[in-house]
Amino acid sequence: MFDFDLGMVNWARAQFALTAMYHWLFVPLTIGISFLCAFFESLYVKTGNEEWKRITKFWMTLFGINFAIGVATGIILEFQFGTNWSNYSWIVGDIFGAPLAIEGIAAFFLEATFFAVMFFGWERVSKKQHLFATWMVAIGSNLSAWWILAANGWMQAPAGMKFNPESVRFEMENFAAVAFSKMAVSKFVHVTASSFIVASLFVVGVSCWFLLKKRHQVFARKSIMVAAVFGLISSLYTAFTGDESAYQVAQKQPMKLAAFEGLYNGEKSAGLVAAGVLDPSKSLEDQNDPFLFKVKIPGLLSLLSNRTPGTFVPGIYDLVYGNEAEGIESVESKMAKGKTALESLKVYKESKISGNLTLAESSLASFNENQKYMGHGHLSSPKDVVPPVGILFYSFHLMVALGSFFILFFAVAILLAYKDKLSSIRPFLWTGVASFFLGIISSEAGWVVAEVGRQPWAIQDMLPVTVAATNIGRGNVQATFFMFLIVFTILLVAEIMIMLKQISIGPQER
Amino acid sequence: MFGNMEIYTLQQYWWIICSVLGALFLFLSFVQGGQSLLWQVAKSEVEKSLVVNSLGRKWELTFTTLVTFGGAMFASFPKFYSTSFGGAYWVWMLILFTFIVQAVAYEYRKKPNNFLGQKVYELFLFINGTVGILLIGAAVATFFSGSNFTLTMFNFVNWTHPLRGVEAAFSLFNLSLGIFLVMNARTLGGLYLLNSIDFSGLVEFKGRVTKCTFMSFVISLPFLLYFLIALLLMSGQQYDDVGVVSIVANKYLANLLSMPIVAVMLLAGLVLVILGVYLAKFKSSSRGIWPAGLGTVLVGLTVFFLAGFNNTPFYPSNVDLNSSLTIRNASSGHYTLVVMSYVSLLVPFVLGYIFYFWRKMDGKKLSSSEVTNDKAY
Repeated sequence: MFDFDLGMVNWARAQFALTAMYHWLFVPLTIGISFLCAFFESLYVKTGNEEWKRITKFWMTLFGINFAIGVATGIILEFQFGTNWSNYSWIVGDIFGAPLAIEGIAAFFLEATFFAVMFFGWERVSKKQHLFATWMVAIGSNLSAWWILAANGWMQAPAGMKFNPESVRFEMENFAAVAFSKMAVSKFVHVTASSFIVASLFVVGVSCWFLLKKRHQVFARKSIMVAAVFGLISSLYTAFTGDESAYQVAQKQPMKLAAFEGLYNGEKSAGLVAAGVLDPSKSLEDQNDPFLFKVKIPGLLSLLSNRTPGTFVPGIYDLVYGNEAEGIESVESKMAKGKTALESLKVYKESKISGNLTLAESSLASFNENQKYMGHGHLSSPKDVVPPVGILFYSFHLMVALGSFFILFFAVAILLAYKDKLSSIRPFLWTGVASFFLGIISSEAGWVVAEVGRQPWAIQDMLPVTVAATNIGRGNVQATFFMFLIVFTILLVAEIMIMLKQISIGPQER
Repeated sequence: MFGNMEIYTLQQYWWIICSVLGALFLFLSFVQGGQSLLWQVAKSEVEKSLVVNSLGRKWELTFTTLVTFGGAMFASFPKFYSTSFGGAYWVWMLILFTFIVQAVAYEYRKKPNNFLGQKVYELFLFINGTVGILLIGAAVATFFSGSNFTLTMFNFVNWTHPLRGVEAAFSLFNLSLGIFLVMNARTLGGLYLLNSIDFSGLVEFKGRVTKCTFMSFVISLPFLLYFLIALLLMSGQQYDDVGVVSIVANKYLANLLSMPIVAVMLLAGLVLVILGVYLAKFKSSSRGIWPAGLGTVLVGLTVFFLAGFNNTPFYPSNVDLNSSLTIRNASSGHYTLVVMSYVSLLVPFVLGYIFYFWRKMDGKKLSSSEVTNDKAY
């Protein structure tokens, strides 16, 4: 009934991963630097000190270079839902299209209008209007993030919709449940706060470079002071929201959480793996210990997952094969019900066309009874529901470790800035330069965790990627994959070269 | 307010909103038109910088309008989004590529150490201004000439032509709308430059811009006439009250006659474009962009209204009439349309602040001195 070419689907996934990861190299900087520029300019307007204007203009230049390539990579993501995932666009377009349209109307126009004022309006609008424009760009960037993250949150934990067998799609019935779900809120605060960290690391890193080179030292110290405070607050908030995010995952996507932790056998008072090395030969068929080495904090995973110590956290085996004692149904059982739902839907549609209303009625009843499992009906094996454990385990732990490091880093930066010792401790300055790249790695790892962890689902438990993809020959998607790879790589090289040159030029001399 | 409306009323409302966005995009394509004029009208670096910086203050509005048009179509007519983007794969991909390269071109063109060199970024602008708009025109023309697809029982698209959408560019009818839009964009681009640049001491430059504007307009006319005549003479699809689609002779002529307001909009639109060009060419006025822009919006609205109203499938299938998309069968559900209708109330507010800051930023014409500082594009 739903034929698909797995090769094509995998290329489409690869293309989405490619464009999303390229896009995400630039977006955290846009989200964060826009606010930093607004802070710097606010200080300028408040104090009248031209040094703050100089600082604002320098970071604004780097913001503009980064913003352009963010726009270039971003347009592809929106339209890729249509080109490579057209079945998805139909099945959930009634729900998913709304946040994207609102993003355009409410956020993109703010950015587009005030971006021009921010860059070219210094002599054309008043000081306060210019500051207003800079704040509008920052708010627009973050509003944009809200809507796309609400859409993504809905993919992780679908809510507020019902299936319509007449149109064969899901339809929205509660907008607030889509736009303001706990998952959406937790995604937004976690992702934007982590973006503020990356932007702060960028400002601190570039400023450390100036201090290493003994250039623009007053400028660099002022920049570090503001960015480090912003970075520390953001780091602490990211840790706090990360806890809520993990809780949401535990409640809505237990398989993802089990993969984060390499937890195969569920347990009560489950411990949290602080660090570990997975056994690469581990497979779903054996009962071997998945770890070659691990350090575990007893009982913490249960507490983080359920907010109650001693509670049961399901493992991969429980979620695949079922666990009667804990009330977990096996995937095989869900698949059987799902296949019944799909077959009933097909019969319902055919019997309506042929005018057999009795059969239509009975098949609709059967469909409704099993509809909840429809997504599982598309799977070919129970093992399909297990995402790549290794990628998730390492990405998750890397993200958490780096996130913890950034708290320490910003705290030290503030301390050194306060004691006016920034310039004299060169190892710290080199660490500052390197930390920006760690920030990018951590941020990308976060998206790997979110998106790879949802596999094989496009919409969690509702729609597997195999059904969501467009019916198109794999060659087309391969060709566009390589086109994007080449174009984005060239543009990335250009961006880095321009950025490095602008950094080497430095801020305007007074 | 919207919650009590019939779904058909909401579908019509959303077709109007999408049409407004599409028509505004056609007006804002003056950015693309201006880009395609760059090498033709600007002979010195200062002249080039004036063109690029003048357009560079507006390119994002055009880009955003296109993206929002896509988003609005996704939210209100998701079956169009899934059918057209998934089906006419290559034509949309090629359009997107021209907009990817545009997005970086303004910012990177003059930046030191830009890897590709200034000429390559200018080539990106030219490609976006010509190929991008041509393909958009060809894609819009398929709203009348139809496309090669069928939909399954589950509304999944099967495209039946191996070129996956690019075949649209090989039809004279589609191509003529595409070329008209390119030429109209160039006309608008020229008019916009005349309005926004301070030509003091640059008389020859202004003369070249005026000449190119007029020539672009003249070249656009035969393509527009061919498109309009062919459109009004061609057969089209029509659906009845239960959604059954049939072929009707002179369908779009019938649409025009049964919607006199649309006929008036078409005529007014054409007259306003002519007026804009007349003011620039014969009155040396810099204000031609406004009547010509408004005229383009009216012509754009006409195109979308003829395509989607009066029981007309707006995305006809040439392979299977029952697969054709109409505003009735392609739309989102009642609830989503109501929610989005409330969101649409933001549109006048958005247009308001765009208008306010446009006037603020363009209150003084762009001079040579402004494009030679290091913050300029």
